[in-house]
Amino acid sequence: MPDYTLKIRRYDPESGDAAYWQDFTVDLAPERSVLDGILRARDQEDGSLSIRCSCQAAICGSCGVRINGKSALACNTKLSDAAERAQRGGINNEATSNGAIVVEPMGNMPVLKDLIVDMDAVHWKKIQRVVPWLLPEGEPPEREYIVDAEAMIDVTQSMACIQCGACVSACLSMEVDPEFIGPAALAKAYRFVGDPRDAHHEDRLRDLAEDPHGIYDCTHCFACIEVCPKDVAPMSQIMRLRRRATGDYAIKDSNNGYGHEKAFVDIVERWGTLHEAQLLPRSFGDGSLVKGQTRPAAVKQLIDSAPAALRGLARGKVSPRKVLIHPKLPDQKEVRRIYEEIEGRDERIELNLYIVGEEGEGGADDKEPVQGESGAES
Amino acid sequence: MRVAYWPGCVSRGFTPELHGSMELVAPLLDIELIELDRANCCGAGVIAEHNQELVDTLNARTFAMAQQVGGSAGMMNICSTCQGAQSECQQRLDADDDYRRLINQHLRPEGLEYKRGDDWTNKNLLWLLVEEIGLEKLRERVVRPLEGLRVAPFYGCYIVRPTGRLGYGEFPDRDRYLEWVIDAVGATPVEYAGSHKCCGFPVITMNKATSLRQAGRHLADAIDADADCLVTPCPLCHLNLDLQQPDAAKFVERPLDIPVLHFPQMIGLALGLEPKELGMGKHVVRTRDVERKVAALAAV
Repeated sequence: MPDYTLKIRRYDPESGDAAYWQDFTVDLAPERSVLDGILRARDQEDGSLSIRCSCQAAICGSCGVRINGKSALACNTKLSDAAERAQRGGINNEATSNGAIVVEPMGNMPVLKDLIVDMDAVHWKKIQRVVPWLLPEGEPPEREYIVDAEAMIDVTQSMACIQCGACVSACLSMEVDPEFIGPAALAKAYRFVGDPRDAHHEDRLRDLAEDPHGIYDCTHCFACIEVCPKDVAPMSQIMRLRRRATGDYAIKDSNNGYGHEKAFVDIVERWGTLHEAQLLPRSFGDGSLVKGQTRPAAVKQLIDSAPAALRGLARGKVSPRKVLIHPKLPDQKEVRRIYEEIEGRDERIELNLYIVGEEGEGGADDKEPVQGESGAES
Repeated sequence: MRVAYWPGCVSRGFTPELHGSMELVAPLLDIELIELDRANCCGAGVIAEHNQELVDTLNARTFAMAQQVGGSAGMMNICSTCQGAQSECQQRLDADDDYRRLINQHLRPEGLEYKRGDDWTNKNLLWLLVEEIGLEKLRERVVRPLEGLRVAPFYGCYIVRPTGRLGYGEFPDRDRYLEWVIDAVGATPVEYAGSHKCCGFPVITMNKATSLRQAGRHLADAIDADADCLVTPCPLCHLNLDLQQPDAAKFVERPLDIPVLHFPQMIGLALGLEPKELGMGKHVVRTRDVERKVAALAAV
């Protein structure tokens, strides 16, 4: 069996010493997991090496760590794969690994000891923030709630979450804004916004849209989608929350989320390509150019953005003519027709590959290919 | 090599120097650009957030136009965001025949149809350069190796994640191509924390602090790693890293003064083009120091 070297980030708050790196060499088969390697190192070399773990089968979500810089479950990552990645030379490996598998505690959460982070202080607090339980209306039925199975398909992806915190660890918005509600909690929020039994969809959405650290604080970086061991695609759930907030309830939030989406979509409908000069004022005015140039809050934001715009003008990136006049596409009427055909319908059509499966997984023809997202329930 | 060329909106809007430098660099790499001047915006993630069927139709329209360009090797874009937004739509269109048929119905009145083809690809210039043209050929064409220039790569999220959608199965090194190209043009790639992180641009109108703290932090990390400049294949990243750099400095509370090159500009310099013709005068952060270094290099 080959030897694998694990370069592990150690930290013991009781020692008074700073965090440090320690190498452990373990002799294990390539298909064994990084968690197996860590436990072997603990059993054979240093009993104080700490990691949280339980099921060792990617179900309990306890052993989230960063392996070669990437958030993952230690039990779900093969030693051979991790070693190959480490050999390739790290991208943003903070340690110079010399081919060793670098294992660190998860990011965006305080470290308690070695590879154990304080999930309570960050992850669970954020989960609580989104009211993670059903809020039905009226008297509960005598027996169970009866729900059409079809109606629950939409939330199955968010229900697959095992609360491991890998997405929280990888979140690039949270890295600069620790108050961001974050990918795991927002995916959990969609689980209830998409649940037909819940009676407070609009309240939930309004709350998350108005919070400056809510759905519009996600920077669209795909880091959570990339690391999730269960394909929950938290960012896609955040986009679904936005779609419901703007499309179903027209929630005009003070973060310009509604305005930005409406501005962008309307501009492409009108010109076919992005008229950048109108994007800012329209975004600040709930999508309206007039409001965006007259409403006091919008004017203030425009003034705040003026230095950047003026720098662009000064360097000749932008000409006054370009600000005022944007050419339409030659066949803009076709783009407009597409808009009318699709936006004119009550139903939004969404193909979720998590649910229907990707091509090559067999039986695609038997499956319902297109899943309709229901419109506003009101 | 003939390609159906989608420049994107921003390269013809607020970063005109990008489209301009691409047009100058293309013939030097034997790329014939057939510009898709009737194609529409990719949606940049925002139309996808609004209505998936709409964004898939809009991008299927662009793909269909690209497929009509005779003798082309495929479609090429010069924007990480276009790449990611379009790859997302293409994945759905290719995955399900019924869904593709539904989307194509919207294109029929215009006489267009997106046909799924295993050989048909939509590649960013970065991918096309490494995978189709080859670094050897690039090295041969370099007349001014950018020796001594320390360049920090900045990819843009949409071209690095999610790997499952962006062809990393077939091309696992796509997250290292920028370093390879920097090396191939004779410059030195700089390793720093921000290279594959987010510039923050998507939330600039919604949470300026979150947006510019990200940009500022990556710029600061590149400066601390002794980079002379950054290079990016994404014009949206360029807006946050260059146009917004003076504001980003306020959010990270330290001075920042590091130029950001567009990807084709860096190649253009190595292929002998001058900074002025590559539109480097249009940058907000002055590129003087880079220009001085380049001017001191002898042509080979």
